Amino acid sequence: MKLAGLLLLVAGWLIAVAAVALFPSVTPRTWFVLTGVAVELLGLALVFHSHLELRKERG
Amino acid sequence: MPVPSLPEATALVCIFSILLVPFAGAGLALINTGLGRSRSAAHSMMAALCVISVAAGVYFVCGFAWQGFIGRSAHVFLVGGRPWNWLAAEPFFFRGLQLDASPPSLAAWMQMLCVGLAALIPLGSGADRWRLGAICISTALLAGFIYPLFAHWVWGGGWLAQLGVNYGLGHGFIDVGGAGSIQVLGGLTALAIAWILGPRRGKYSMEGMPTAFPGHNIVFVLFGCLLALVGWIGLNSAGAILFIGAEPGRIVRIAINTTLAAAAATLTAAIITRARFGKPDASLSANGWVSGLVASSAACAFISPAAAVMIGLAAGAMVTFTVELFELRLALDDPGGAISVHAIGGIWGLLALAFFAHFPTSTLNNATSSASSAAGNNSGQCLAQLVGIATLLGFVLPLTYGVNWLLNRVYPQRVAMEGERQGMDLHELGAGAYPEFITHTEEFMQR
Repeated sequence: MKLAGLLLLVAGWLIAVAAVALFPSVTPRTWFVLTGVAVELLGLALVFHSHLELRKERG
Repeated sequence: MPVPSLPEATALVCIFSILLVPFAGAGLALINTGLGRSRSAAHSMMAALCVISVAAGVYFVCGFAWQGFIGRSAHVFLVGGRPWNWLAAEPFFFRGLQLDASPPSLAAWMQMLCVGLAALIPLGSGADRWRLGAICISTALLAGFIYPLFAHWVWGGGWLAQLGVNYGLGHGFIDVGGAGSIQVLGGLTALAIAWILGPRRGKYSMEGMPTAFPGHNIVFVLFGCLLALVGWIGLNSAGAILFIGAEPGRIVRIAINTTLAAAAATLTAAIITRARFGKPDASLSANGWVSGLVASSAACAFISPAAAVMIGLAAGAMVTFTVELFELRLALDDPGGAISVHAIGGIWGLLALAFFAHFPTSTLNNATSSASSAAGNNSGQCLAQLVGIATLLGFVLPLTYGVNWLLNRVYPQRVAMEGERQGMDLHELGAGAYPEFITHTEEFMQR
């Protein structure tokens, strides 16, 4: 699960960077950058969750 | 793009500012030591010295070669006809660098100190359990590649700095004093280290409830805060002169804003802890102080004193709640509060720049401004700052976690249980910081 979270972090970054390069107009660019950041936050939540699960398993 | 030049008087002010930067390192080292345990105090200070030494050495060998400076040689590829500058192409060992008062040489000197500062931050989260050898290798990886790469993107004329010129996003990603390049990068490495090392023995009960391990010397911590202020003023001033072309007169604004942000953050943390716990908490107030300094770093040259107070107020409030969030809810044992102070404070500082900054067009280097964005495009600036933050979270965090995870596989970073029981001083250095005291603890007993 931690790996999935880290991959989501990278995916979110790629979305944000691609939005800057691909969309010349402001509105879609802004929405895609925000989407990228949201994907990153999801990834971060997943990594934190997996850390908590691991802690519970180890006691 | 030409290499910026500095008048002699400006170069002198810059040299004086860089001379102050080591005080920030001294402050952080004292804060980390004071917030750790007495039986690891000598280890903590020794680790700080080793970190600064390794960082300076590795940065000299290959760090600057990959970070470079605005207008000097770099690797560039084209996307849709626009250049993406992603890595400097300087020779190793500072070859090709005139070691005089030219901006590239001043930047190399300053960055040699800054990379040590970034590498000191994870010591706060790994306190009392991170082996000295692992600290040195992890620092070498940070100083040799991770830091120079991101710093090139921000300060070396890289693609983040060029977002304004190439894509009309305000003035591009701006980070005057290293809120992102130094603080968030260090804070995210601290997060990776806290994940990899796990909590100290006895920190969490079987039910997952945390036990308070108070810092052993709060006087160190508070004195460290005062030292850090001096260093931060130097850091922010030198960064403003070298990377955004600020004139020396702007240093007065920078110093006032840096001080006000720290002061507002400390008072906020003290008031919040007084309201919540009945008495102001010294260690959280100290964390608030550093958080204010961190948050001020990104925008100190472009904001009004009132905005600096606002930034400090928010930073101080954030640190008190995030320290608790990480410890109680997310089971992260971060003795120095490095993640809350540096990562959260730094991200807030980077965002705050978009909300509060006013850019005088004469101040910014050509590297970060364009005719279309010079009018003050705040939504574009906000987007540029968001892309920078997204890069820190989506590129730097996985990279630093992956690198440290791999290192942990080949060279375990956490000290053996016996070492934790004995204390890092006796186990790794063979002598304690306070040999006249003997500490008895019961935290290794099963509760």
